[in-house]
Amino acid sequence: MEHAIRISCTRRNLKVVRDFVGEYLAGQQLSEVLVNQLILAVDEVVANFIIHANAENEKQFLDVRVKVLNREFGFEIEDGTPSTYSPGSYQEPDLREFVRVGKKGGVGMMLVNRIMDRVEYSTVGEHTICRLYKTLT
Amino acid sequence: MKITQHATETTLTLALNGELDASSSVLLDNELSKPEILRTQKVLIDCQQLNYISSAGLGVFISHLQTFQDANVKLVFFNMQEKVRNVFEILGLDSLMTIVPSEADAAAV
Repeated sequence: MEHAIRISCTRRNLKVVRDFVGEYLAGQQLSEVLVNQLILAVDEVVANFIIHANAENEKQFLDVRVKVLNREFGFEIEDGTPSTYSPGSYQEPDLREFVRVGKKGGVGMMLVNRIMDRVEYSTVGEHTICRLYKTLT
Repeated sequence: MKITQHATETTLTLALNGELDASSSVLLDNELSKPEILRTQKVLIDCQQLNYISSAGLGVFISHLQTFQDANVKLVFFNMQEKVRNVFEILGLDSLMTIVPSEADAAAV
């Protein structure tokens, strides 16, 4: 069973996506901490697409889909623009250096990668799709 | 996100109410950026009603931590919900920042 939502690219819709994911996960008998982690991972990817890939252009849309199969939780975030993010070049940041220089951003994908089992980016035509997976035993 | 302030001669307490994300974190950043905050001894963050924090919220604290330390201002979090504390722990921020259980503990830091 797949659940899906389409949102326009504004930060106001971050809450909408969190509520959508949270309502779906509420029926999955997961701990509050785990539900929060999964919501956070999706929120971080959606925020990146809204703010960085689409420059908060409300005329652009994202599709968010949730699927659970054999205790594997899958989240798919599809953006109608080509990706500028290159996961292959991702390196874990040094948080002590971030503190030293007062850096405000840059820990979102660190959270996503630490929470999820797999993080995959792919391009289909002009669309970019990020898929997040976590298997729970 | 609603931020309630309570100030004494030496301490500023900010009670956070709601969700701290890429949309709301600018409010907190504005509060922590005020120059007078560096004249206090302690900034206590009451997290009892903080239901959610994303990297944008964490980034606000990360970006001010060194400035506070340089000015000898202690930044202390208390009353943090388990799910919020877990987000700090995922990144190891609980070892870079001071997180204590209660307001009494925060006052004693």
